[in-house]
Amino acid sequence: MSKAAWIRLAILVGAVGGLEIACRSGLVPATMVIAPSQMAAATAGLLASGDLGADIRQTFTSVGIAIVLSITGGFTVGFWLHWFPRLRRAMDPFLAAYYAIPHFAFYPPLIVIFGLGALPLIVLATLFAMVAMIVATLAGLDRVPRVLLKTARMHRLSPFEEMWRIRLPAAAPYLFSGVKLAVSYSFIGVIAGEFILSTAGIGHEIAYAYDNFDNPRMYGLILFVLAVVTAFNMLVYAYERQLVRRRGAA
Amino acid sequence: MTLRSFRDPFLVVLSLVAMWQILHELAGNNALTAPAPTLTHLWEMISQPRFLPHLRETALAFAQALLIACLGGVGIGVLLGGHRLSGEVAEPILVGLYSIPKITLYPVILLLFGLGMPAKVAFGALHGIIPVILFTMNAVRNVNRTYLRAGRALRLSPSQTAWFVLIPATLPEIFSGLRVGFSLTLLGTMMGELFASQRGLGFLLMTAIDLHDVETILAIAILISLFAVVLNAVMLAVDRRLHRHTAQDSGGKA
Repeated sequence: MSKAAWIRLAILVGAVGGLEIACRSGLVPATMVIAPSQMAAATAGLLASGDLGADIRQTFTSVGIAIVLSITGGFTVGFWLHWFPRLRRAMDPFLAAYYAIPHFAFYPPLIVIFGLGALPLIVLATLFAMVAMIVATLAGLDRVPRVLLKTARMHRLSPFEEMWRIRLPAAAPYLFSGVKLAVSYSFIGVIAGEFILSTAGIGHEIAYAYDNFDNPRMYGLILFVLAVVTAFNMLVYAYERQLVRRRGAA
Repeated sequence: MTLRSFRDPFLVVLSLVAMWQILHELAGNNALTAPAPTLTHLWEMISQPRFLPHLRETALAFAQALLIACLGGVGIGVLLGGHRLSGEVAEPILVGLYSIPKITLYPVILLLFGLGMPAKVAFGALHGIIPVILFTMNAVRNVNRTYLRAGRALRLSPSQTAWFVLIPATLPEIFSGLRVGFSLTLLGTMMGELFASQRGLGFLLMTAIDLHDVETILAIAILISLFAVVLNAVMLAVDRRLHRHTAQDSGGKA
């Protein structure tokens, strides 16, 4: 491990330890923040009790579907926009401003259209995450070096082959950052939606625990969500690192 | 900017409104009110005097959060970018924080800051500050070494180096970060107003959701979206101009 990684670890351990001491000594009242060890115990207790199984399943299924839809849909739309430059120029200002729009405001109409359940959440999260993938696809396809395209022409590749063998691999790093964003935005979209208005799911459980002043349960759930999302992000990050290293070696 | 460059985006807006109208015809008034009545309703809402305090509350919370996100983000970003080791230590932590669903942390913010303005400001700033830090840090890291050497030759103090060399040299990237930060701060502030709030546009939105007042929901959503899109377009234009200048600068020197 590098020096920076050790220092980072020390800072994180110090922060958690400091919070633990502050909570145990009563410096921070338990009505505000509970000690990290209690949070972890609460998470373990919640998972062991099994009464969250249905909520967890529903949230992760929604997130999973939203991830798949936003990545495939975003790539397809990005691809076609790249193909039609005029359409793209017209869409550009809207793509750039997209994330300034508060999407959750459109969640209530979605509920009316799709009914109360997982479907409006999936639609919301997909719409939220897809544009990141569109933008990343466009950025990737824009930055394919001309030399590679000339090589493709020299080898008389068909448009499909050119796409598969030249453009996609060349755009891969950008596509990857799009995938990362789509994953985290899908999580944000689903959980934020559950927070606002929902009858099930982890976000709903957190909001419910907050409303009932059930701090151990609330912090246990928050810790669980953050741990899962962080673990997922680190996996993608590690895979990307590996890919970059292989590319550098080749 | 010619008239032509506005034509295509205008057509996109037209087709969006047309899509809205079609969706309205399909889904009915209960799910989605038609464009024209919604906009009239928005106009009526704005002209009512009781709307103003809510608008002022949101604007005030947003302005404070944005100020914290911009100043804090640029300050921390310059520090982390200037000091290589602390930048390396902090970057993965920041990226991790950036990609977690921050809404799960809102109850914690509410418990820490109490109900009301401070919690909204804190939540908005929390959303906006991280992208500003990340953009600034990367920009400062990649600053032209010659500038730094020139600064050292002139015996500038660290704070002078930051003010006279680093920030001017990285202005275009910092501005891009501020643009992203602006959007996220707005999102964070609005989210902060949705829960446990007594005033503000988010509160109006939540009340409308509870009453199932689709017209008001859409009117507020449109108002916020318009504000966000217009300001974003202005910032994007400034952003492009800044980036073009630097491109020309480096082109002239090469």
